[in-house]
Amino acid sequence: MNHADCEVFAQRWTEAIVGTSYVAMGRRMLARHLLELTDQLVEGFLAAEFDPSVGRDVGVAMVESHFTGTDTLKETLALIAEWLPGLPTSAPPRVDVSSRVAQLVGSLAAGYASALRERSLDEQDAIYRAGLRARRQAEQALAASEAKFRAMFTEAKMGIGIGDMEGNITDANPALQEMFGYTREEFTQLNVSSMVHPEDAASVWDLYGELVRGERDHFRMEKRFKRRDGGEIWTDLTVSLVRDESGVPAYQVALLEDVSERRRLQAKLQYQAYHDPLTALANRQMVTERLDQVFAGPASQRRVGLCFLDLDGFKVVNDSLGHDVGDQLLKTVASRLTRCCGPGQLVARMGGDEFLIIVEDTGGEADMAVLADKILSAMAAPVRVGGHALTVRTSIGVVERPVADTNPADLIQAADITMYQAKAGGKGRYAMFDQNRNDSEVADFTLSATMLAAVARGEFYVVYQPLVDLGHGTLRGVEALVRWRHPTLGVLGPERFIRLAEDSGSIVQLGHWVLARACEQAKAWRDAFGDAAPLVSVNLAPRQLHEASLVTDVTQVLADNELDPSSLQLELTEQSLLGDDAGPLTMLTKLYGMGVRIALDDFGDGYWNLPDLRRLPLRELKLAGSFAAGLQSPCDRVDQRIVRALVDLAHALDLTVTAEGVETLTQCERFQAAGCDTGQGAWFGLPRAPEQIDALLRGADPLCNREAL
Amino acid sequence: MERSSWASDDVDIEHASPARVYDYYLGGSHNFAVDRQMARQAMDLWPELPLIMQANRAFLRRSVRYLVSQGITQFLDIGSGIPTEGNVHEVAQAAAPEARVVYVDVDPVAAAHSRTILAGNQHADVVQADLRDVTTIFDHPQTRQLLDPTQPIGVLMVAMLHFVPDEADPASIVAQYRKMMPPGSHLVLSHATHEGRPDQAGSHTELYRRAGAPLTMRSRLEVEALFDGFDLVAPGVVFLPLWRPDSPADVDDHPERFTGFAAVGRCR
Repeated sequence: MNHADCEVFAQRWTEAIVGTSYVAMGRRMLARHLLELTDQLVEGFLAAEFDPSVGRDVGVAMVESHFTGTDTLKETLALIAEWLPGLPTSAPPRVDVSSRVAQLVGSLAAGYASALRERSLDEQDAIYRAGLRARRQAEQALAASEAKFRAMFTEAKMGIGIGDMEGNITDANPALQEMFGYTREEFTQLNVSSMVHPEDAASVWDLYGELVRGERDHFRMEKRFKRRDGGEIWTDLTVSLVRDESGVPAYQVALLEDVSERRRLQAKLQYQAYHDPLTALANRQMVTERLDQVFAGPASQRRVGLCFLDLDGFKVVNDSLGHDVGDQLLKTVASRLTRCCGPGQLVARMGGDEFLIIVEDTGGEADMAVLADKILSAMAAPVRVGGHALTVRTSIGVVERPVADTNPADLIQAADITMYQAKAGGKGRYAMFDQNRNDSEVADFTLSATMLAAVARGEFYVVYQPLVDLGHGTLRGVEALVRWRHPTLGVLGPERFIRLAEDSGSIVQLGHWVLARACEQAKAWRDAFGDAAPLVSVNLAPRQLHEASLVTDVTQVLADNELDPSSLQLELTEQSLLGDDAGPLTMLTKLYGMGVRIALDDFGDGYWNLPDLRRLPLRELKLAGSFAAGLQSPCDRVDQRIVRALVDLAHALDLTVTAEGVETLTQCERFQAAGCDTGQGAWFGLPRAPEQIDALLRGADPLCNREAL
Repeated sequence: MERSSWASDDVDIEHASPARVYDYYLGGSHNFAVDRQMARQAMDLWPELPLIMQANRAFLRRSVRYLVSQGITQFLDIGSGIPTEGNVHEVAQAAAPEARVVYVDVDPVAAAHSRTILAGNQHADVVQADLRDVTTIFDHPQTRQLLDPTQPIGVLMVAMLHFVPDEADPASIVAQYRKMMPPGSHLVLSHATHEGRPDQAGSHTELYRRAGAPLTMRSRLEVEALFDGFDLVAPGVVFLPLWRPDSPADVDDHPERFTGFAAVGRCR
């Protein structure tokens, strides 16, 4: 046997069966493998003791290499049957070649078939086992996840319902059962379509329709349901579509959270946000929003009216009878107001004892006047509270305007201001908004509000009016008077702003500023003119006398300017000393004790109290200008006698007397004749800048107008 | 589309599975009647299919040997299917005994069988996962145990991506793998194409579509595009038998009959 023959055979074998089965070998490796099998076959074929099982071994080996194709076997058998008989040359004698070939071929076929059968059965077995294992694992995983789902379904605080695609409810968890009051069995008799609530938004069922048609996968909304017992619940509802593996809608799952309590709370909070808890009327917030609505709409032709009410003397009720009575009174007022109003009219409590009525679409001020009258008469009957019969009086500010001409803030402000006018006008009445009056009040308000800043900016200055000794005709002193050089209104006199300053309290700072300026000036004169320097007289507002720091302030200013207290005079009116407070008198006494001259200003105007002249720590009496006017008349001797009596009285009390408002020679002479010590007025000179006082002191200018007249 | 989240992936042996059909093409018996029926229908339409599958399998073998020759000893075989002659770990470990392999297949039966075959093998394991769950695959305990993330990995997507339709954006899936692949890693890819046998492609695609495993055949350019971020190893994207054949004799006279492209790329 020639090995080369075997190689040739193996090569032909390779060509014949390559591609007929899948083996993990390239062609060269395959050829090597088949050569080994060829050697094995040839050896067996030529063996002295022939054993056909060598064929079987080769068949088995082939299947082990993953030759599994039938064509592989067919080609192999054909090749062996064709080629082996050509090898008798090296065969032992008496060998039956064709019998051996037939046996070998048969044996190889049997080995291949039997190995293939075993292999196939093993592989089938393996794949079935793998299938079973995989299925078991999947089932375990499914069971685990179903157990998890079941636990979640049962234990969830959220209601869970499951339905088929026809809307039949198939399951409901305990939370859902409790939420609706149905048992699970009752639920399974229900269809989703029966869960309509009469007030459902149409969109609920549109969304539901889209879901069951498979057009959407979930939706979420707040929806009301009827419970089994007829009660109503609000739920946060999420409905989800569950599809099968091929994407076909299979069933629906609804998750419901009971949000009834939250809704109730929200409604309550909403109500509280817009209502006054005591009277249940609308509150300021609601007023703001309602007015915003009124003004948000198209303005053309629309008019709106407000009544701003304030109870007169409510504080007294509260303070004297207690807050409970006050609260009852407010509730009664609220219900009376509500009865006065109809549709399109909103009654609100703005706080305290202030109420506001908004009237939409008014026809003019007359409509509002009718309403205001109606309110005033509704308030006329006494209010019975806890055994008291309380008379309620209210002041009402009324404003009525075209919507186009105003805005909510201006409207309320106008009504508020007008209410104060009604109060100032005597209470228990209404006032209709007056534009001119409003303008002047706005102007006053503006002046008042900007005053202190103007002081700081240096817009204020002090002028000085001569006080002239009527005996010697010399300059005895000057009265310091304040002016405001307003950037737009020009120079303003005290009559324009002192009252405002007193109302706002700015008078304290302003008065102190004037005092400080005047004392600085006094020092300047003292430095320049020594003992010839004039006494400086400064007005003291009633309010200043209530400032605890007045004495220290005066002391400090005097010290700052190294002034003797006797060179300063403070003028005050009798009015300053009215009232029960002992403070002002104590302070005056201290100032008097320091040596500061105290003058009683404008004596004779209005209120006279002669005993005060004795009681008060005074050094000077200033007779009001009205006396000067009286002395002007040539024939009236009564006035002269009165002036003389006053001067005598003052002198008796050790007071000096200054005549104010002296404008003519006649007046001057008559005051001289009456024994008056000092004169002040146009006759002696108008208020002027300090430099002009310097000129007087130097004698450069004449002391009075006498020559000029 | 929402599926019930508490129902696990069902084990479906009522329908043909690509893994078992592939096994049948290779002459194996790891398959059920439905698989064989499907395979026979396909072979009636296209008798060369077994040869194509053999060529694909042969490419897998050659590419793994090539990667080992490049020093790569760890492999991630995505869509590994039913284990059969010439498995990746056998080929790799024959050349480098320390080589490690993680097989990945979404088919629970294929994964279960692989687990049995690999029982006791310290260097190979299987993860049941979808190709698209890239982080699941890389974070899986088996993967972390077997593959060293600091060393290059051979990622095999052999006869895999034609089961991913264009809508699922196979390029972005490959890109996700690339991000996870350490420097020096390689991607091995074979892919069905209509180029070569356009006459057969249509009916074949239809058959797989009906069987629930739709095929997307792709052109050479489309396959090249999947290698974005990789340098293609010579000879680039070629018909299966032409990729680094063991010997010229292994190359058929008409390699285009093997209507699949093969290519290997190295991470840039």
